[in-house]
Amino acid sequence: MSGTHAHTAAYVRDTMLPEQAPPATSVGVLGWMRANLFSNWFNAILTLLSVAFIYQVLAAILPWVFQSSWTANSLNECRAQIDAAYGPHAEGACWAVIRERYLQLIFGFYPSELYWRPILAFALTLAALGPVLFTALPRKMLWLSVAAPFLVPWLLWGGSAWVPVAVALGFVLGYVAFRVVASVAGALLGAIAAGLVPVLWWLLLASGWAGLMQSVLPLGIEAVDSRNFGGFMLSITIGVVAIACSLPIGVLLALGRQSNLLIIKAICTGFIELIRGVPLITLLFVASLLLNYFMPPGTDFDIILRVIIMVTLFASAYMAEVIRGGLAALPKGQYEAADALGLDYWKAQRLIIMPQALKISIPGIVSTFIGVFKDTTLVSIIGLLDPLGFSNSIRANAEWNGIVWELYGFIAFMFFVFCFSMSRYSMYLERKLQTEHR
Amino acid sequence: MSELAIDREVDRSRMSVSDEVAIQITNMNKWYGAFHVLRDINLTINKGERIVVCGPSGSGKSTLIRCINRLEEHQSGSIVVDGIELTNDLKHIDQVRSEVGMVFQHFNLFPHLTILENCTLAPIWVRKVPKKEAVETAMYFLEKVKIPEQANKYPGQLSGGQQQRVAIARSLCMKPNIMLFDEPTSALDPEMIKEVLDTMIELAEEGMTMICVTHEMGFARQVANRVIFMDQGQIVEQNEPEAFFNTPQSERTKLFLSQILGH
Repeated sequence: MSGTHAHTAAYVRDTMLPEQAPPATSVGVLGWMRANLFSNWFNAILTLLSVAFIYQVLAAILPWVFQSSWTANSLNECRAQIDAAYGPHAEGACWAVIRERYLQLIFGFYPSELYWRPILAFALTLAALGPVLFTALPRKMLWLSVAAPFLVPWLLWGGSAWVPVAVALGFVLGYVAFRVVASVAGALLGAIAAGLVPVLWWLLLASGWAGLMQSVLPLGIEAVDSRNFGGFMLSITIGVVAIACSLPIGVLLALGRQSNLLIIKAICTGFIELIRGVPLITLLFVASLLLNYFMPPGTDFDIILRVIIMVTLFASAYMAEVIRGGLAALPKGQYEAADALGLDYWKAQRLIIMPQALKISIPGIVSTFIGVFKDTTLVSIIGLLDPLGFSNSIRANAEWNGIVWELYGFIAFMFFVFCFSMSRYSMYLERKLQTEHR
Repeated sequence: MSELAIDREVDRSRMSVSDEVAIQITNMNKWYGAFHVLRDINLTINKGERIVVCGPSGSGKSTLIRCINRLEEHQSGSIVVDGIELTNDLKHIDQVRSEVGMVFQHFNLFPHLTILENCTLAPIWVRKVPKKEAVETAMYFLEKVKIPEQANKYPGQLSGGQQQRVAIARSLCMKPNIMLFDEPTSALDPEMIKEVLDTMIELAEEGMTMICVTHEMGFARQVANRVIFMDQGQIVEQNEPEAFFNTPQSERTKLFLSQILGH
């Protein structure tokens, strides 16, 4: 048919073609392999080479992982057991060190009879994160998310139950101050009051009030000193607080940096550039050594709290820049549409700009989160016993002297589990928030 | 450019221009840096007027209507909208913005919200309308622009013409007294231009005060009661559409009309 029309310009189709099934070589497992592994001879060679390489690597690692000893009490005993079981020249892992020391790697020197407290705190943290991360969970669980920031530190450090109440009361006072002052003197003064009142309360009155309440109605659990914190408990504590606080601070810094108000812009830009321009280790040394010189003598400003503040500030500066990238990617029309509808600055930011900017920045934000969590290992340099700090003290022990791969492998595995979860969550979130071509 | 887009009779029975002034612009000037983009604009627009602003690109027509809801700031002269003067007072600006609807060339829908949420957001957060009522209003206007069935989709799933009609509905949900259109059809395919123009004609038929920057001369002829021609930041000529198109006075207008209507 086409032949008769080939040499004339006019062409009319008189029958429409029916739909046909695709050829068998392009669907199913065969089709997938053909398309992705053996699409031409060069790719086929690469595929075969890769398979050979993966086989070699696994053949070297897997026997070491599985020809192992779990029961020995020292490295020498381990070697003896492995030699006895798998022959004189067998290479095997000595996982016994993990079995013996895993509690320390997780809890540090936290008193063992109180292990339930960090475990409960961890469960509470997960339960509090749940409704924030997954909108499908019941909204009532958000009350947990509100309570957790006060309950978790109390569970970890213990002491009077009135201390977290006093801290929480500061926020309530701030809110009340805002409502009262804003209704009398306008929103700006209200915001200033909402910032000042809680700070004054915490600095001047809170500890006195908590002490008074404690003497009236003693209520509390055994206190645990910061020196006893260590292991993954320490990493997770620093990491979770820094992650949770750096996002809102980062948002404010990013907005401040874009502000038309010159002084706010200068402060935010200066802060971001200063913090980003300094290595985290420097900030940690400032936290552990220098800050003491600036404090009034006798002040006991908890070392972990100091470190958390430094790590949070560090993460916030990076977060601000990541979010600024998201803000810059938004078309100007979005701001204009929000303005044209009469939304004020904060409403436009909250309802229109930030949801989109944060969505764009998800990969960058999660990268920063992961980076912060891994950077918590740096605290070993200022003498805190995070998992890496602990591994050094375990290796210094006569029984385990010379053990390397097993400890670092275990620590790496644990970090991988946390970081990979964050990465998967970010991919889930990106898919969920995708509103195009659905 | 095309005069083909409109294929129906326009019902003029309810298009009446009142004596009340809606917008009063007096000796208004605006600069972008050193560039004098609007020069000594004087313009009075009464309630119920349908005004088409045309002119070559860069003539300041978009800037002019963006000044009316303060998306652009003017440096001298005065703009009074519905009795409210636009100054640096944020309260006045928000007041004017909630009474003046605006439709953009590139729609500017919020891509992270559904069509319905796009329409209810401002009534709920700015006008403090209860959610149920806002949804009812939104559905009423979505019905009016003939896309109620898309209410739960996202803007990215709609065609350009549909998106622009949603944008019109979104503005109408704020119950504005005045509507500004900034080249509402110039980012659309020809077949979609018609559906958007139809929506705009219906709006005009109901007596809305409209200021429309557009090159749709068919729309100008049939709907507008006044056509304003701008060039180099100035109002060069304004007249009723019939006279404007048939007997243009200024050389600049004649040249412009011959370029866009000729061939």
